[in-house]
Amino acid sequence: MAQERAHEEGQQHPIKLYLVVWGWLFVLSTCSYLVDYFGLEGYLRWSLILLFMVVKAGLIVAIFMHMAWERLALMYAILVPPGAVLLFVAIMAFESDYTHFTRVTFFGMGNASAQNQAVEYQKSSGSER
Amino acid sequence: MTDSAHPKTLEAPAHPGGWQGFAADWSSDQRAFKSATWGKAMIWIFLLSDTFIFSCFLLSYMTVRMSTTVPWPNTGEVFVLTIGGTKYPLLLIAIMTFILISSSGTMAMAVNFGYRHDRVKAAVLMLVTAAFGATFVGTQAFEWTTLIREGVRPWGNPWGAAQFGATFFLITGFHGTHVTIGVIFLLIIARKVWRGDFDTGRRGFFTSRKGRYEIVETMGLYWHFVDLVWVFIFALFYLW
Repeated sequence: MAQERAHEEGQQHPIKLYLVVWGWLFVLSTCSYLVDYFGLEGYLRWSLILLFMVVKAGLIVAIFMHMAWERLALMYAILVPPGAVLLFVAIMAFESDYTHFTRVTFFGMGNASAQNQAVEYQKSSGSER
Repeated sequence: MTDSAHPKTLEAPAHPGGWQGFAADWSSDQRAFKSATWGKAMIWIFLLSDTFIFSCFLLSYMTVRMSTTVPWPNTGEVFVLTIGGTKYPLLLIAIMTFILISSSGTMAMAVNFGYRHDRVKAAVLMLVTAAFGATFVGTQAFEWTTLIREGVRPWGNPWGAAQFGATFFLITGFHGTHVTIGVIFLLIIARKVWRGDFDTGRRGFFTSRKGRYEIVETMGLYWHFVDLVWVFIFALFYLW
């Protein structure tokens, strides 16, 4: 019965906390919009976009979805599996890089120069990595 | 040792925290989620499965964008809002973002008032959330209409890689469907809260069981998830 009541009360946090998080989400969204507004390019653009994205996602999950106050057993059950997605991202990035290479080689060039192209590609990608 | 013989110890067992608690919860041969009700555990597991669905969509978007030899359309030029002859790149998308974030804010407060059994405030805040959600779907319909008029199709578009349309309609369409379903459920639950079903113990027409104010938090978890997905779509599809 005591436990039943505890569940009934649920999560109780001051309203101010939600308003502060709301404000931060506005600020962070504006920041990511400004990244495009000021036309930032390259690694600076991508890292800023990802940074604002991760912070916003963290705020929503931790505060709005109350994950910060759950027990570790639930936290890990929910937050660890999406980590596998990152591995999937790595695999598919590798795969699409290869697809792109075959397309450049066999669509763009005739078969004769395909061999040269392949060698060129391997040289260039070798030096990049 | 003597304690275990007495059923009295079932009352308020002290659960350790941190890593020790993590191991104890999962190895206890009882329910693993001590602080979460079955409803909360189930909605979280549903959201986890939904995470994988959206992850796969965004992953396939990454794959086609990385592997195409045709340049990807510049989203800053595609998603333009024209007001009085002036073009504002991505302004509509920014407005949509703010609408969805605001709806998350009102939803979080609705959950709070629900647990305080303040049913009028909780219901009103849920209705405001639903209104924000409906506005979001409306702006999305406007966005889709504009793009379709400009000739964007799942199999091609005037600006570049053909895969742009396919990924755009799939990802934003699936997200919009989630928002729409969320709005419908918000209205249903707001009605129940407003009527005081969870105070009077009125039985649900579908389950024939008494509901609790916890359903507002369950609803909130789904709604925040929809907002969460938009954070990723906004960053990875519109801004990248």
